[in-house]
Amino acid sequence: MYIVLNKDRMVIEKEQDVVPYRNRVKEFAVKIGMSLVNQTKLITAASELVRNMLKYANGGVTTIEVISKGRENGIRLVFADKGPGIADLNLAMKDGFSTGKSLGLGLPGAKRLSSEFDIQSTVGKGTTVTIIKWKNG
Amino acid sequence: MDRIPILRMGNYLLVTIQVDLYDRLAQNLETDLVQMVSKTGARGVLIDISALSIVDSFMGRIIGNIGSVSKIMDAETVVVGMQPAVAITLIELGLELKGVYTALNVERGMQLLKEKILIDEDETEED
Ligand SMILES: Nc1ncnc2c1ncn2[C@@H]1O[C@H](COP(=O)(O)OP(=O)(O)OP(=O)(O)O)[C@@H](O)[C@H]1O
Ligand SMILES: [Mg+2]
Repeated sequence: MYIVLNKDRMVIEKEQDVVPYRNRVKEFAVKIGMSLVNQTKLITAASELVRNMLKYANGGVTTIEVISKGRENGIRLVFADKGPGIADLNLAMKDGFSTGKSLGLGLPGAKRLSSEFDIQSTVGKGTTVTIIKWKNG
Repeated sequence: MDRIPILRMGNYLLVTIQVDLYDRLAQNLETDLVQMVSKTGARGVLIDISALSIVDSFMGRIIGNIGSVSKIMDAETVVVGMQPAVAITLIELGLELKGVYTALNVERGMQLLKEKILIDEDETEED
């Protein structure tokens, strides 16, 4: 249902990978002419999700894609890790829930900032989060 | 570069963040600022974030920490120059910058700090 127009892949394994990764996402978003507000929302969501990968799963792999559905273009980001997984996804998606003594805003915030949000997780296997931000969505 | 310069101007400390910060840099800024407040007895901290293109929960927490620790040491913190797209995003993310004031630009931020500190001094005189 989506056509992938362009694709890139980045391995995230240390804190210093976060800023270059965000810059790469920005390049993709600029290329499809995404508005500044939507770019900022997308990059902020992406930043939260790579941070989670680093903090809870010691890193992982991300893909950045330009996708198209009908007339709408967008950016799809996938964050896949082989970390411990999340036992209770409903709980993890709640504002303020954190096992890392943090604010617990990353997952629910990233969902609010995205046009589409999907999370799959298996305890002991890992977690994959996929988000889409449509150019005008 | 692994340190962000902090300028001292009388009772105030001024910081201009010029680039999107690496985490280490942001953490250093937090420690440096807190140490400077304690060393100089500064009453106000002004942080210009107009060059920041995003503020995520990590950066937000650092700013909040600077605000609350400074407050304990009797200094007010004001964050100025937040880009409109960043402000809109922060609200949707759900991040409140607790413990810090915000102002549109450096001039208004300084004004705000002066007012806050004056009010403070008035209150102590009345006690
Ligand atoms: N990739 C992941 N692997 C394993 N657990 C995760 C992963 N991402 C999130 N979690 C779990 O979900 C919880 C909620 O994540 P969320 O990003 O919302 O909050 P946080 O990271 O704890 O705090 P914040 O993002 O506000 O700093 C985390 O505390 C952690 O237990
Ligand atoms: Mg998080």
